[in-house]
Amino acid sequence: MRGYSEKFLEIDLSEENVKEVRFSDNILRNYIGGRGLAAKILWDRLGRRWEEIDPLGQENILLVLTGPLTGYFPGAKVCISGKSPQSNGVIGSTVAGEFGVDLKCAGYDGLIIAGKAEKPSYIFICDSQVEIKDATPIWGKKARETLRFLVKKSINDIRAAMPNYGEVKEPSILYVGPAGENMTRVAAVLTKYTHGAGYGGYGGVMGAKNLKAIVAKGFGPLPEVYDKEKVIELFKEFSEKNFGMERFRRWGTGKAGYSVGAETSSEPIRNWQEEWHNEESFRGEEFDKYWVKKYWGDFGCPITCLKIAVLKNEKFKGAMCDNPDYELEAYLGTNLGIFNPKDNIYLSYVINELGLCGIQGGAVLGLAAELYEKGILGKEEFDGIEPKWGNTEAFAALAEKMAYRQGIGDVLAEGVYRAARKIGEMKKIDVSKYAVHEKGVAIGAHGVRSGRDYVTNISYACSVQAGDHTSVAMIPLDHGDSELQTIMHDSAVYCFFNAFKLEDVEIFRFYEAVTGWKLSKEEWYGEKALRILHLQRAMLLLGGPDIRWKPKVDDDNPPRFWEPLPTGPYKGKTLDRKIFEQDRLEYYRLVGWDENGVPRPEILRALGLHDVEAKLREADLIN
Amino acid sequence: MSQIKGVWIERSYELCSGCRRCEIACSLYHEGKIWPEASRIRIFMFVPGVEIPHLCFQCEDYPCVKACPADALSVNSQTGAVKVNSSKCNGCGLCIDACPGKVPHMHPEKNHITICDLCNGNPKCVEACQEGGWNALKLTSRKIGFSYRASAKTPEQLTIEVAKKLFGEETAKEVWK
Repeated sequence: MRGYSEKFLEIDLSEENVKEVRFSDNILRNYIGGRGLAAKILWDRLGRRWEEIDPLGQENILLVLTGPLTGYFPGAKVCISGKSPQSNGVIGSTVAGEFGVDLKCAGYDGLIIAGKAEKPSYIFICDSQVEIKDATPIWGKKARETLRFLVKKSINDIRAAMPNYGEVKEPSILYVGPAGENMTRVAAVLTKYTHGAGYGGYGGVMGAKNLKAIVAKGFGPLPEVYDKEKVIELFKEFSEKNFGMERFRRWGTGKAGYSVGAETSSEPIRNWQEEWHNEESFRGEEFDKYWVKKYWGDFGCPITCLKIAVLKNEKFKGAMCDNPDYELEAYLGTNLGIFNPKDNIYLSYVINELGLCGIQGGAVLGLAAELYEKGILGKEEFDGIEPKWGNTEAFAALAEKMAYRQGIGDVLAEGVYRAARKIGEMKKIDVSKYAVHEKGVAIGAHGVRSGRDYVTNISYACSVQAGDHTSVAMIPLDHGDSELQTIMHDSAVYCFFNAFKLEDVEIFRFYEAVTGWKLSKEEWYGEKALRILHLQRAMLLLGGPDIRWKPKVDDDNPPRFWEPLPTGPYKGKTLDRKIFEQDRLEYYRLVGWDENGVPRPEILRALGLHDVEAKLREADLIN
Repeated sequence: MSQIKGVWIERSYELCSGCRRCEIACSLYHEGKIWPEASRIRIFMFVPGVEIPHLCFQCEDYPCVKACPADALSVNSQTGAVKVNSSKCNGCGLCIDACPGKVPHMHPEKNHITICDLCNGNPKCVEACQEGGWNALKLTSRKIGFSYRASAKTPEQLTIEVAKKLFGEETAKEVWK
């Protein structure tokens, strides 16, 4: 087996016990790494009692997994997973950066973290030295302070252990802000600045384990590959293609804040009430004025699509963030009625400092503003804060309340779906139609109503990662944006932006050059990807303990997506219920689910998932 | 020591994207593996956004060579690079102390120091940086009468300087004080 370090670390925070574990070739060939392996590990360890496992309780398992292509394929990432406090299923949540590379260089393919530490702690890994350290000095601290402390402390600790080495480079760090510590369902696992694994809500899972951070430093090389010359050749070839992504390299996703609204009418505006805008003030060129670095990227990336924005002389002096990238432009901009870069940069900075996910956190702020607009929640309920569209300071104040679970913030911290339920109960009025989510996960900033964006009517409704715009259901199954391809990106663990210009078979070729294991289209789409998809689907349907999604009924778009677009060139356009139902049924059929969206027993058996079939029968999902 | 001809790698720190493709190229060339810690150029990132490519500054007076008690370091007269004789090096670390930028570092597995050898005049790191158009690293010819030593700084010194330029004085203090 090549491309793997072949060892995983299992850390029990309750027992303060650390041990090495291995997985068989067979498991790694079938589940690859990252998201696929996460589904397998979670199923094996928690599947039997899935419905009873509280995602924010200490029985949940936090996974930090690399994949065989991490570090070799251009653009490294790492995959975070566990039982999601948003969907109650499994989400493979990836974030770019050097963490995965450092972990592999330290000799580990991943971390399996169980239990709960007695006091605030962080995990420190330096090659074979693994320690659980005291995080009391940084508990409660925001992003900048946390990072500064951990970088300095870790360098000193490493230097003390190897005084003659020379200058010591910083380790890679995954961490949470106050939003994670306080177990909100909208907290990201952060790395660097404005790099977050947001989907899934695993920041809150770290908080529930009293785990502030994970520090990794590896002094070794990446593991040997099967065919080095081939890997180098393909790395060059893929990089060459990606150097050609002119617009993306120059602007990142930063031009989309204007174009997705103005051109494709699919950008969330004022809590998705509209999807079209034509605000020139939100053009990429207006953001460019604040960029102090125009190419910012992560390990091995030829694209470096990120940019760094800093406010140096403005009202919000000292604010700093990436581009903001498109999702933040939308969720911390247009969706809150904010149409100027300065405020958008400031709010992105605030959200990052608090450790909130820009999408999940932003979506709740949008919900709050609409409920305020409709008069359902008043100023007094917001403790004097007035979340009016465009009121950036009010949103910043509300975000702070959410991260610390203060006042109304305690309700908002539950995420857009649960917050709407709670507010509905409080007010005895159904506000669920204002909650734009898919199975508890706020939906990425790409609307489906205009039909002009890459997503379709079933993209979110049938996805096993629900609202995750990077993992959407598509027909045909081998479509470039299809969830079955995404499973490859998230399981081999590299940045999918680097795969935009590649055919699936080119990725399989790279996989073979690294691992030595052949992978054909038939094998992937007809077997391996499906096995992972069915496992994720089974756990999503089992859900619990606070929520259980209804098969088919909950495979729907949120109410707002059925309202006609009120403005713009696609005014009046919306989804067609009959076509949606046909497409959904066709998708079920293609992936092997029955007419209710439940994996079919004979398919499960053919894939060797007999225990999944048994569990679904026990839960009355298969009759 | 007479002024040596050869090449020099010019660095524009604010342009470094942090992609670390230079570390990949360097370690593949020298070690046959992707090995960031064994790379002769290392990207320091004490503060995200402030990525510092750190490698030999090739001081005109080569204090590291003078400091070596084992006669393990010499200067390549063609390129101007410091050459490490790994069989002679005993890993004492005196060259690190002597270096104004604290550039040399131990090989992560073997008992000898590593210093950039300019890949015999065609540095792979520069190639990697140039092919992506980042221009943080450029190959120039060595100038007579220019103090390369004066540009030699530690990762921490460079971090503070570059952070101030990119973020402004106050923010720089907040992210790294």
